[in-house]
Amino acid sequence: MKKPDLVLVLSMLVVVGCGALFFGRRVSAAGDGKISGTVKLDGTAPHMKGIDMSKDPYCVKANSGSPAHLQIYEVGQNGGLENVVLYISEGWTGSASTSTEVPVFDQKNCMYSPHVLALDAGQTFKVTSSDQTTHNIHPLPNPMTGNIPWNQSQPPGAAPIEKSWKNPEVIPVQCNIHPWMHGWHVVVKGPYATTDASGNYTINNVPPGNYTVTAWHEPDQTQTQKVTVAAGKPGTADFTFKAK
Amino acid sequence: MRTRLRMWTLLAGATVVLALPMPAWAQLTQHDLASRLGMESHVGHLTGHAKDAKADYRRYCVGCHGELGDGNGENFPWVDPKPRDFQLGVFKCRSTPTGTLPTDEDLFDTLARGLDRSNMPQWSTFTKQQRADLVAWVKHYSPRWANEKPGTPIQIPAEPEVTADRIKAGRDVFARVQCWKCHGVLGQANGPSAATLTDDLGRPIAAFNFTEGARPKCGDTDRDIYRIFMTGLDGTPMPSYADNIKPDEAWDLVFYLRTLMSQPSKEKEMAKKLDLKPVDPNAPAGQQ
Repeated sequence: MKKPDLVLVLSMLVVVGCGALFFGRRVSAAGDGKISGTVKLDGTAPHMKGIDMSKDPYCVKANSGSPAHLQIYEVGQNGGLENVVLYISEGWTGSASTSTEVPVFDQKNCMYSPHVLALDAGQTFKVTSSDQTTHNIHPLPNPMTGNIPWNQSQPPGAAPIEKSWKNPEVIPVQCNIHPWMHGWHVVVKGPYATTDASGNYTINNVPPGNYTVTAWHEPDQTQTQKVTVAAGKPGTADFTFKAK
Repeated sequence: MRTRLRMWTLLAGATVVLALPMPAWAQLTQHDLASRLGMESHVGHLTGHAKDAKADYRRYCVGCHGELGDGNGENFPWVDPKPRDFQLGVFKCRSTPTGTLPTDEDLFDTLARGLDRSNMPQWSTFTKQQRADLVAWVKHYSPRWANEKPGTPIQIPAEPEVTADRIKAGRDVFARVQCWKCHGVLGQANGPSAATLTDDLGRPIAAFNFTEGARPKCGDTDRDIYRIFMTGLDGTPMPSYADNIKPDEAWDLVFYLRTLMSQPSKEKEMAKKLDLKPVDPNAPAGQQ
C-alpha cells in the first residue's frame, strides 16, 4: 500500500510544479516584469546651501520649522541618491503611454514637490498649489523639440492645471516670482521610475527582453547599463554617481 | 448662350480647384527653409506670400533678426532687448492662449506697432501688402507653423462703463493675484521679485513700469492691456491669468491699472477722488 502512495504524491508534485512554472511564465509575459536597483552617491554629499526666501514672508514662515535648502543632492541611508530618474533608453518597443495615473506636481512651501517629476510622453499631469502666495508655473522646454513652453499663474486657491508633454525631453521648470524655485519634468518614452529617499527604484511593467536602462541625475548626468529581463526573473541595475 | 457660358466657367473652375492642392501638399512634408517659401499669411482680405518679402527682409530686418531668422544678426551684440528668434516660434504679443502660436493678425499688428523700449521700430511705413508678406516670411522660419495651428483668440467682452466700484474691484484683483510681486504696489516695477526676473533664455528682463509714461510693448488700448495679462507674454516671466481672472474682473483690473499709469485718464481722476490707497503687500491672502 505504501508504494503507490509515493508515486501518487510524486506525480502530483510534478504536475503542481509544472503548473506553477507555466503560470509564472504567463504572468511575466503579461507585463509583470521588473527592473530594480539602487542608485548611490560616491563619497560625501556636497553641502546643499540654504535658500533665502526673504523676498516673500509667506515662504519664510512656511519653512520656519525646517529651513529649505537646495535639492540637487538628496542623500539618504548608505549613500542612496534620491530624485534619480530611471528609464529604458533602448529596447522598448511598447506603444505610447498607457498609464492612466495622473502624477501631481505641487507647489508647496514655495518649493516643488516632487523636485523631479518623471513622465511618459503624452501622459497627463496636474500642477497644483498648496500655498497662500501667487506662483507662476513656467516650464522651459526647447520649442524645437515639439514641446511648447507656457507660463501660467496660480494665485492662492487656484484650480489645478492639467497638461502633458508631447516628446521626451528634460524640461527645467521655474517660478519667476520665487526665483529659487527650480524643478524638473523628465519626459521619457515608456515605463520609468524615480529613486526614493534611500536611492531605491523599481521600473514596473517591463516584458522580458534586453534593454538599456539610463539613470538621469540633474542637471545633465546620465549613466547607462544593459539589463536583461527574463520570464519570472526581474532585471537589476545599480548605479553610482559622483558628486559634481 | 448664357447657360453654355456658365457651364464653361464651372468646368474651368473645377479644373483649377482640382489642380491646385497637389503642390501645396508636397510643401507641407518638407521642413527646410527653401521648401517653406510657399508660406502664406492671411490678414483680412490680404494674402501675404513669404517669397515676396525676401527683398524687404534683407533690407530692413536682417541686421537684427539675421539671415536664418534666429535673432543673431550683426547688430545682436548691441541691442537690448535682444532680437526675437523666429525659429522658436514663441511670441510675446498674441491674442491666443499661452503656449500657442499667434494669429497672422497678431504678427501683422506687432509689425505696425513696433515694440516700445526696444530697437524694433514701428513699420507703419510699409504698405499692408508688404507687412502681410513679411508676416508670411517670419512664419517660414519656424517648423511650428507646419505642425500646429494658431491658438483660438481669447474672447474679450465689450468694455463696460468705468465706475468707482469697478476701480476698487480692480484693486482687489491686483491684490489677490499679486501683480505687485513684480510690478510693485504703485506699478513702479519694484516689487520683491522684480530684480531677479529673467526671460526664457536666462537673460535679465524688467517688469513693466506703469509710472514712466511708457507704452506697454503689446499695445496701449484698454483691449490691449486686457489681452496682455490674460494671454501672458510668452518667452518672458509674465504669465497668463486667463484661468484666474474672470472676464468681468479683467475689465476692473484694466481700469485699476489705468490709475497707476502716469498718462492722464478718467480712471486716474476717479481714483484721486476716491483717495484710493495702494494695496498692502503684508496683508494675508484674501484680506485687503
